[in-house]
Amino acid sequence: MTTPLSLHVRPCSPGGEVEFELLLDVPSDLRYVGPAVELIAERCRHGALSPRRIEFNLRTALAEALANAIAYGNRQDPSRVVRVRVEAGRAWLRIHVTDDGGGFDPAVVPDPTLPGRLEREDGRGLFVLRSLVDHVTFNEKGNSVCLTLRAG
Amino acid sequence: MPFSLMQKKPGVVMVGVDGQLIVGNRQELKQKVLDALDGGTNKFVIDFTRTGYIDSSGLGVLVSLSKKIREQGGDLRLAGLNDDLQTLFELTKLDTLFSIAKTPEEALAAFSP
Repeated sequence: MTTPLSLHVRPCSPGGEVEFELLLDVPSDLRYVGPAVELIAERCRHGALSPRRIEFNLRTALAEALANAIAYGNRQDPSRVVRVRVEAGRAWLRIHVTDDGGGFDPAVVPDPTLPGRLEREDGRGLFVLRSLVDHVTFNEKGNSVCLTLRAG
Repeated sequence: MPFSLMQKKPGVVMVGVDGQLIVGNRQELKQKVLDALDGGTNKFVIDFTRTGYIDSSGLGVLVSLSKKIREQGGDLRLAGLNDDLQTLFELTKLDTLFSIAKTPEEALAAFSP
């Protein structure tokens, strides 16, 4: 890991729906997942979400989304980055994670809790992601995910 | 170091996870436990008392280690999960795959001397 992560904070117009935005480019190397998550969680600690939801739900869900984008989207290609954009509202947080890959169809990912799949090492990422946030949407191409966590 | 291994009683190694168990460090945990398994230890307690979060890769590595350890006649037990981590194991139904104790001491006591 040689590239330092640089978080860009963009204040938004007062009175608007979004209070501030965070922008972060993450190199396509899985070792950046932990540091990128900490950088964003730290900046979100004084926002809408409770400390417990930041420490667990946000950190775990963001780690899943980043790992998927780096491993499956960008296939760990060092010439590509994963783009993270966080919109912080007064009552919610929206996190967009976008890769340069061809996308995938989230509807065809099998349920990892089925008896035949329970002892598999992989295949739980999307399930965990969906379990920990209030809303998950993908763009049509399937290379950008938006996670919404409501206040509380 | 996020992972510490300590022999707590004969044949049983306690593994502490400090911080997080995620895609970026799971390989390190896997290698440390496999090295101990190669060295003859086949009973493990993984202590999550000081763990903030675990992602699906971390869960996956626990599943694969547990399988390998059981194949060698041993057992891997988990302990010290906070309420959120316990819920994660329940949601993924992995609570049905592992023996989970409230404290590392309880997990250790469950291994016969």
